[in-house]
Amino acid sequence: MLLSTVNLSKSFGGLMAVNSVDFSIKKGQIVAIIGPNGSGKTTFFNVVSGIHRPSAGKIFFNGEDITGAPVYERTLKGIARTFQTTTLFSNATVLDNVIVGHRLRTKTGFWDVLTRNRRFKEDERKCREKALEVLEFAGLSNLADRPVENIPQEARKRVAIAMALATDPQLVLLDEPAAGINFDETAGITELVRKMQKRGLTVCLIEHKMQMVMNLAEHIMVLNQGMKIAEGTPEEVANNKVVIEAYLGSDDDAEDD
Amino acid sequence: MALFTRKNCPALALVILSLILPLVITNKYFMHVIIMGYIWAIAVYGLNIILGYTGQTALGHAGFMGIGAYTAGLLNLKLGLSFWPAMVLACLFTAFLGWLAGIVSLRTRGHYFSIFTLCVGVIIHVVITRWDDLTGGMNGLIGISGPPPAGPVSFDSLQAQYYLVLFFLLATIFVAGRVVNSLVGRTLTAIKTSEELTEVLGINTMKNKIFAFVLATFFAGLAGALYAGYIKFLGPQMCSVSMTFDMLLYLFVGGNGTIAGPLIGSLVLSTITESLQVVQEYRTVIFGPILIVLIIFFPRGLYGGYEILRDRIRRRLPAREAPEGAKEEVC
Repeated sequence: MLLSTVNLSKSFGGLMAVNSVDFSIKKGQIVAIIGPNGSGKTTFFNVVSGIHRPSAGKIFFNGEDITGAPVYERTLKGIARTFQTTTLFSNATVLDNVIVGHRLRTKTGFWDVLTRNRRFKEDERKCREKALEVLEFAGLSNLADRPVENIPQEARKRVAIAMALATDPQLVLLDEPAAGINFDETAGITELVRKMQKRGLTVCLIEHKMQMVMNLAEHIMVLNQGMKIAEGTPEEVANNKVVIEAYLGSDDDAEDD
Repeated sequence: MALFTRKNCPALALVILSLILPLVITNKYFMHVIIMGYIWAIAVYGLNIILGYTGQTALGHAGFMGIGAYTAGLLNLKLGLSFWPAMVLACLFTAFLGWLAGIVSLRTRGHYFSIFTLCVGVIIHVVITRWDDLTGGMNGLIGISGPPPAGPVSFDSLQAQYYLVLFFLLATIFVAGRVVNSLVGRTLTAIKTSEELTEVLGINTMKNKIFAFVLATFFAGLAGALYAGYIKFLGPQMCSVSMTFDMLLYLFVGGNGTIAGPLIGSLVLSTITESLQVVQEYRTVIFGPILIVLIIFFPRGLYGGYEILRDRIRRRLPAREAPEGAKEEVC
């Protein structure tokens, strides 16, 4: 298991945003987390990536307990993530955005910068090469020098993924990578995620576009009101009665109205 | 590395100009104004690192400059240390206090950080004002000795002091420039734009912010020590909170987050301040509108405005584009 959570919970005041979730991701898999709005998907990501401390439960990455590790340490260990609101350094170029993404794998410090010694040059080169490599991988080479605020939404989504890839991750958490883009563009992102898997990466995504999820994911977890209500292959999940109820409401609900 | 690239040319011209300046200006008062402008600029370069590049609005800067000045002054007066070791110790001590203040204050963010550092500045000022036995309180410290001769070079004349301060100013700009144009600088700018995203990219933002804060206070300490060695008298007004806001003004007028901004702002504004001495308390009435106009039309200060103009002119003159020369530096 690359990542596993045991009994993971996160509450905000009285609200259980994530409630005792046991979940595992195998190496090399593409898994998806789905669920109605407000079901705790993003909170789950935030707890796994360390932005929120869990209220209870444990998180293991490569068998190591990372429950208490700070955000940056998890990224160093190999968990990268993107945000739903495509967060980027908006006043910089695409290339500059992605270069910072590889900073964590370099050791250049104050002294190296002052003397511009070999390590400084080596690290600058390393970051630039890495950035160019992941931009090429994400199909963004032609946009490298454009200010990130002047590129289309789909390209921004790709930049966010490229930045995550620049950190040399093992596991990439994608929070709605296809939100706000059209059908063809979604197919492009789907292709990119596939390509990531072929490169040996493990991908976990949150997505509302069911066609994309069913197409990509080998394993799906369904959350509702913070709880895991179903888990399995796309077919199993799609035919699960509880899941259908969570999305569409049950017959009982209809009678109540 | 070629010395005369297109990019370096304006900077080199300015360095040469600053070197021949004392030969041109014979008016002592004017020299004094420029030296003071340089000393402020050194402190403002510090502020630029933490505020302009890292985006943390630290408001205790004059306090740290005061620490540097009083440390240098006291080491000289009470322990009889000469200026040079006193200066080095003053910088290190200020940076150490900056580190202590940093590890506490940088746990807070945004306005809370500003308020916290503002309080640190106020506390430093109050301690310096009230600790009569050590700092002389309101009477200040009198009779600090200036820098002793370094080999054959004596620092008695105003010109020599000018070159001394200029040397440290250039060193400051050099260090700031190298830090900013590097992965370290990129990391700081990333924190300024989005601390959350930077952290997610695997960067220990706390460590980087502390580094920026320590470097900022180091420069403040250096400016303070030079101030002590140049003015030779220290009063608590020099580190009052209003001095911090003067420095903020220098930074914003010159160009927040630009490499030339602190120098331009400090020189322009200290010259204006001096020439407005006649109207003393009314000078804020003049400064206020200037600042408002600047922020409306040049949100990145005078230097930011210059950059926009330059880019516009370059776009109009496509024939003069020479990308080979311009891009050779790592930037």
